[in-house]
Amino acid sequence: MAVSEKTVDLSQAMVTAPVAPADALIIAPIIITLFFGGLLLMTRKRAAWQVPMGLFALVLLLAACAGLLARVLTAGPVSVTMGSWLPPFGISFTADALGASFAFVSSLVALAVGLFASRDIDGLGQRYGFFAFLLLMMCGICGAFLTGDIFNLYVWFEVMLIASFGLMVLGNTRTQLDGAVRYALLNLLGAAFFLAATGYLYGSLGTLNMADITERLRQPTDGLPLNTIAALFILGFGMKAAAFPLAFWLPASYHTPSPAAAAIFAGLLTKVGAYALLRTMVMVMPAAHAVYADFLTWIAIGTMLLGSLGALAESDLRRLFGYVVISGIGIIFAGLALGSAGGLSGAIVYALHSMLVMTGLYLAAGIAARLGGSQQLRELGGLYGASPLLAGLTLLLILSAAALPPFSGFWAKIVVVEAAMVGGRWWLAGIVLVTGLFTALAAGRAFAHAFWRGGPVGTPDGAEKSVPGKLAAADLPLLLGPLGFLTMLTLLIGLYPQPVLRLAEIGAAGLLDPIPYVRAVFGAAP
Amino acid sequence: MSTVIFRAIAPYLTALMVLFSIFVLLRGHNNPGGGFIGGLIAASAFAIYGIAYGVPPVRRAMRFHPMQLAAFGLVLAALAGVPSLLVSVPYLTGLWTYPTLFGVELALSTPLVFDIGVYCVVVGTISSIALSLEERER
Repeated sequence: MAVSEKTVDLSQAMVTAPVAPADALIIAPIIITLFFGGLLLMTRKRAAWQVPMGLFALVLLLAACAGLLARVLTAGPVSVTMGSWLPPFGISFTADALGASFAFVSSLVALAVGLFASRDIDGLGQRYGFFAFLLLMMCGICGAFLTGDIFNLYVWFEVMLIASFGLMVLGNTRTQLDGAVRYALLNLLGAAFFLAATGYLYGSLGTLNMADITERLRQPTDGLPLNTIAALFILGFGMKAAAFPLAFWLPASYHTPSPAAAAIFAGLLTKVGAYALLRTMVMVMPAAHAVYADFLTWIAIGTMLLGSLGALAESDLRRLFGYVVISGIGIIFAGLALGSAGGLSGAIVYALHSMLVMTGLYLAAGIAARLGGSQQLRELGGLYGASPLLAGLTLLLILSAAALPPFSGFWAKIVVVEAAMVGGRWWLAGIVLVTGLFTALAAGRAFAHAFWRGGPVGTPDGAEKSVPGKLAAADLPLLLGPLGFLTMLTLLIGLYPQPVLRLAEIGAAGLLDPIPYVRAVFGAAP
Repeated sequence: MSTVIFRAIAPYLTALMVLFSIFVLLRGHNNPGGGFIGGLIAASAFAIYGIAYGVPPVRRAMRFHPMQLAAFGLVLAALAGVPSLLVSVPYLTGLWTYPTLFGVELALSTPLVFDIGVYCVVVGTISSIALSLEERER
């Protein structure tokens, strides 16, 4: 019954060339996260194992992503088709500079959050599987960045969503369940649009491999409903990325989970949506991008305005930072809408910067809420006296989020603004700058209220009140260390931006000229 | 549901269904069947036992928490692709070996390991859901 390969010529259906060990790195992030995620879930009753095993897995993940990025930068896009089936029939994993750099920065952020959580999440949270969910979510995130198959992208979205539900309800409080329901509902809806678009695309072209679709759509495509499909993609991914007008779920849910979970959500999840849009709209469907460029510009403007004005109006520290995340998404959309090499590399730099800084801000907000006993700005105050180091790091992160030099945010925004000017859209550049000012005002106000003034509302000028919480000396290195690490990174990129700018240029070039990507999947044939 | 007839037949039914689920799992590569459907059959076997005797005896009989079983399946499925990396073919490429046992040629393969992983994931997940629903009912 078993068909033996001795009797059939398999070279017609299967890849026969051996895979270089360095190319096998592309699947390593998935294997590491899936293996250790499962192992942690199996042993979650052994609380002592959770932290060391989880951190070990995160370090391995970082090493694998770093190796993959190095490989992609030296050898160009890497592609391996699972199970040896010939593409486009097998599921390809294809990493170019864009995907590999996103995966690398994500694993960096995940390690910082893991270190933070090893101190911040209590034994109960760890027994309920914090590290297992964190790793499985990283599995989904890395899978989404590295896959070369659009249905597989949907699968990784679902993996990421399911794991993030677990992280979101980990404390099991009423507000968390409330936040989780909003988050789950909107994200499932977004995923449904994405799935519908994917089904429609498959029905139209008969292929799901992104390189194959890219190739087909560069030939004449009369009568195919591509604009409908693109609209569905924009809807689904825009929801995931928290773009205007579908952004309201983010501030309604991201302030409820534990600080570590909220930090990684804010840093990574919206960027996966942004990445998917960059990939599908720019690389796969450039014609549809041209159709929707103006529409995307308006979405970008709406998102930037919504984010910065919302941040100005908000009085809850974590919700405020949620709006800052949204205004950042607006800037990524502005770069995406421009669609030029400069605009795209600006969007990529901003996304990478935002992963680091937003995670840092949410971690800082978590510690601030712990120290001050509240996350309401009215009830916070005097944190500078309680922990000058925390105040300093938070100030640096806020300056970076507000895009002031010498931080990574400055360069990210400068590239977008320059691309907008070159593209003749001075008004878009103006809005980027004005909303940046609003964001700076909002975040600065949060800093002044929570850290700078002597105490909560009602404290007389000049008086200083002590804060209710305290940071134990043992907690300091693991709570403030990851925060300091992320701050250092944004400062380093700010002082020496060349490597990151270059990386983003390579990523943008790969989106605009997908021939190396397609060639990596199909060999030299097309 | 705990009538005498049902309680008397449930253990036999459960044993038969678990046996059948393993049969379905093993024939799955070239015939209808496989890890997913096999896992569903096994999970419904546990559910039937739970309806007849209550949830605690099922949990005792399973020894491990269903979620642990599911996690084990996940680990097994992830590992099933690793041997292909060792022989420089893409991840999850099927590798076959044909040992002869008591004069019968056995076709063993990495897809079988993967399928067993799927079986464990499905048994674990579905029985975890079913058991907690049955617990709620009492």
